[in-house]
Amino acid sequence: MPTVSVKRDLLFQALGRTYTNEEFDELCFEFGLELDEITSEKEIISKEQGSVKAAGASDVVLYKIDVPANRYDLLCLEGLVRGLQVFKERIKPPVYKRVMPDGKIQKLIITEETAKIRPFAVAAVLRNIKFTKDRYDSFIELQEKLHQNICRKRALVAIGTHDLDTLSGPFTYTAKRPSDIKFKPLNKTKEYTACELMNIYKTDNHLKQYLHIIENKPLYPVISDSNGVVLSMPPIINGDHSRITVNTRNVFIECTGTDFTKAKIVLDIIVTMFSEYCEKQFTVEAAEVVFPNGKSYTFPELAYRKEIVRADLINKKVGIRETPENLAKLLTRMYLKSEVIGDGNQIEIEIPPTRADIIHACDIIEDAAIAYGYNNIQMTLPKTYTIANQFPLNKLTELLRHDMAAAGFTEVLTFALCSQEDIADKLGVDISATKAVHISNPKTAEFQVARTTLLPGLLKTIAANRKMPLPLKLFEISDIVIKDSNTDVGAKNYRHLCAVYYNKNPGFEIIHGLLDRIMQLLDVPPGEDKAGYVIRASEGPAFFPGRCAEIFAGGQSIGKLGVLHPDVITKFELTMPCSSLEINIEPFL
Amino acid sequence: MADGPVAELLLRRLEASDGGLDSAELAAELGVEHQAVVGAVKSLQALGEVIEAELRSTKRWELTSEGEEIAREGSHEARVFRSIPPEGLAQSELMRLPSGKVGISKAMSNKWIRVDKSTADGPRVFRVVDSMEDEVQRRLQMVQRGQAEKLGEKERSELRKRKLLAEVTLKTYWVSKGSAFSTSISKQETELSPEMISSGSWRDRPFKPYNFLAQGVLPDSGHLHPLLKVRSQFRQIFLEMGFTEMPTDNFIESSFWNFDALFQPQQHPARDQHDTFFLRDPAEALQLPMDYVQRVKRTHSQGGYGSQGYKYNWKLDEARKNLLRTHTTSASARVLYRLAQKKPFTPAKYFSIDRVFRNETLDATHLAEFHQIEGVVADHGLTLGHLMGVLREFFTKLGITQLRFKPAYNPYTEPSMEVFSYHPGLKKWVEVGNSGVFRPEMLLPMGLPENVSVIAWGLSLERPTMIKYGINNIRELVGHKVNLQMVYNSPLCRLDAKPRPPPTQEAA
Repeated sequence: MPTVSVKRDLLFQALGRTYTNEEFDELCFEFGLELDEITSEKEIISKEQGSVKAAGASDVVLYKIDVPANRYDLLCLEGLVRGLQVFKERIKPPVYKRVMPDGKIQKLIITEETAKIRPFAVAAVLRNIKFTKDRYDSFIELQEKLHQNICRKRALVAIGTHDLDTLSGPFTYTAKRPSDIKFKPLNKTKEYTACELMNIYKTDNHLKQYLHIIENKPLYPVISDSNGVVLSMPPIINGDHSRITVNTRNVFIECTGTDFTKAKIVLDIIVTMFSEYCEKQFTVEAAEVVFPNGKSYTFPELAYRKEIVRADLINKKVGIRETPENLAKLLTRMYLKSEVIGDGNQIEIEIPPTRADIIHACDIIEDAAIAYGYNNIQMTLPKTYTIANQFPLNKLTELLRHDMAAAGFTEVLTFALCSQEDIADKLGVDISATKAVHISNPKTAEFQVARTTLLPGLLKTIAANRKMPLPLKLFEISDIVIKDSNTDVGAKNYRHLCAVYYNKNPGFEIIHGLLDRIMQLLDVPPGEDKAGYVIRASEGPAFFPGRCAEIFAGGQSIGKLGVLHPDVITKFELTMPCSSLEINIEPFL
Repeated sequence: MADGPVAELLLRRLEASDGGLDSAELAAELGVEHQAVVGAVKSLQALGEVIEAELRSTKRWELTSEGEEIAREGSHEARVFRSIPPEGLAQSELMRLPSGKVGISKAMSNKWIRVDKSTADGPRVFRVVDSMEDEVQRRLQMVQRGQAEKLGEKERSELRKRKLLAEVTLKTYWVSKGSAFSTSISKQETELSPEMISSGSWRDRPFKPYNFLAQGVLPDSGHLHPLLKVRSQFRQIFLEMGFTEMPTDNFIESSFWNFDALFQPQQHPARDQHDTFFLRDPAEALQLPMDYVQRVKRTHSQGGYGSQGYKYNWKLDEARKNLLRTHTTSASARVLYRLAQKKPFTPAKYFSIDRVFRNETLDATHLAEFHQIEGVVADHGLTLGHLMGVLREFFTKLGITQLRFKPAYNPYTEPSMEVFSYHPGLKKWVEVGNSGVFRPEMLLPMGLPENVSVIAWGLSLERPTMIKYGINNIRELVGHKVNLQMVYNSPLCRLDAKPRPPPTQEAA
């Protein structure tokens, strides 16, 4: 969930009133936000870098507010204020208009070289805007929030904003060889080629995270004006020439990306949020984008969409009984201008360009419920009549684990993920013989594979509890995973029961006795016949020679028991003899 | 006989005495150590009302070992005086005597002796008086006779300063007859035996009392793991509420069932390598229900079922990618898909509690794997009010009654609500679960009828368990680093029981 940091006093000033922290927290809760933290720049720096560095920092109170991940329109002070003011019916939702320029329309021409790397671009102009320090900071911060969230760290969309008065259109969006791109980037004093920049930014804490997006491509995207001035090399860095400042009056905005829908949403959000500060409030100057196929589009779209939802559907889905008129009022408070039409049961809802999150009637229904107040909804119990059933495998597991404890064994709970070493090397097996499922992106060796046996987890538990009085008698009933091409995903869980006895003597007879007890509980008699169970001398790399037996039940091998090999004991950092038992319990369902 | 001859003697003396006797005096009279008498008193006390003993502490003056020597042989100064013959003694010779160094200065200040330094062969010591009184010896002998009280405070403190006298505290018992006094006591039995039962001898025998303050011997037993005890309780609650358990025994899942089927777009951050464990082998799902996959693809990329869709290029390759399931909702999706194939539709209530996996940064409350609890109800005409009603019943069974609901965003539920409960300890509302109504874009492609709603909620098993058992670090609860003593000691899990008052500070 994105967190937006706003100055408290600025927020209250914009809301036209002050709140206590508790009151504001309450308002957030009702609206679906969360007042996460009350802090200041000074506090943040002092927490991260120590109080010495924080000495000169501002102690203006900051509210850190958690915003739902799909509400891009609430990612800045301007949007938060507008949302809350409409919610509290203090203002009417503004109408955003795209207008044609008095003079020539700004043009962005996309060449076909971009197709393989970053094919889409949209653009718009904010004309006669008036920044202040706070507005400017908010403008930069909103771009950063959008980059981190909907833009997926600039992979899907990257935003560039420029001082239009320093440039002259038309603009060209193309892709060139890195060595052919040369410009002075933001915050640098001289020109560099793209190759040089990529090297320089490898050590830049902020920019290095974006390099991978284009790094290994033969051509890099670049936007330049009619004089060849580079505006930006998306998604990495803008040019210094067209940088915006607090004094910039006309802003050219371009968004490039791999996802056309998201690029349009991002552009809409930026212009709707900041057209508030334009001379003609809430108007945005159009720009024309010409695609390589020659087709030309005008942006921003700023599309208003109409949906019709029946009032009784809203009532039925939420569990309330409101008149259509009241429902329309509730929706209007959520920035969705609504009115009752037709037979008096239909509500026509206008979805503004700021609410890209509304894609279905259910989104509208949720907003009606939020405005009604979740906590005002009458709680009722559904009349759904059902008979409960346990999942048979879990039912058997529950019964068995109680009787395992009754037999004097203590239950442990170990991880399903582990290292290759745990299930292979340490047990004297080659990893290729385990049929284990392998993880492609583990952050540490602890998460290389899914376990194929419960034994390593139990032995590691003993190793962590060597101070406990002996004997240690442990068990676990849980799932292991084996590759299996007969299943849809190519792997299958098996429910295993594993028990170990760890003492100064191996105690094979105790583990053997436990097997006899388990079979007694499962109503399987000893014997060679089809219904019975039997153990037969066997071997296994994990066991001491001559001290291992395979367990057969109903003629089927279900596992092994025996005294562990001294090498296994040593590799798990243990010092005492140990016997173990591991069976698959699924045949007993 | 445990009570020994001293006890017997004590009882006899006590019988003859009027009132009682002092343990120290008795020890002196019997010529035994005082400790022996104390032992006898304690063993007789254990018999019940035979004797009464009152602890008294008295202060006494006793000679130190040096004091005893002086009482016997005279003070150092006296010994110096006596060793000087009438013709005097060379000082060097006097200093060689055992009492010489200490005695010479005292004898000088007493004006018993003098040193003549004018003699030819070095200084010589002569008597000054013919005889003297050894006061120090006399006083110490008085103390020895128990007449310390007759000495003045000043005299005693002077002797104490010379380390000849010490004040000691003596704990003695004043012993008197008890209500069941008898001189004929017999040994107490410790335990009832089969012979005593058969012979009836238990009737006449005294039994040694038990020390009920001592700890009992814990039974040799196995133990269940605390987290899984809580899991059992949650299962029980769902079963009581009529919910059927879903199969969740598949840790490996395709991206399709884990994400796409839930209408979670392919660029969603949860599908990032940083958040999810993907598989290298088997890297891709072998089979997907292709009809259904087509409907899911259309809904994502173009919309449908009343939805605008996400309008992006949906890729089958992305859906085939295998992973370790990030939530049990993937299992719920499979169950709902199966439910959708059954015609006519029958209402259903489902639950599951099982492991899920996240490739996230680990800390005191986050592990790469944890247990998710999930409840699902599918029926015609379910409302948000129904969801809240079910949640109220569910949380009441957990002992949580103060609930409120916050609007939230989940990719596959709409409306969504986070469940908060008031925590009296923290004095604030804390999140206890997440819930919502599954999106039509998830349900309709499965083939569920349009007027069927599915409400669902989820929470982690670890968090309530950590709160229940007062565990701050999740590693102490889950995994091989668990402390088995904690497992041994963990109490029953009764979720609706009133929480115990916080334990007072206690050594671990």
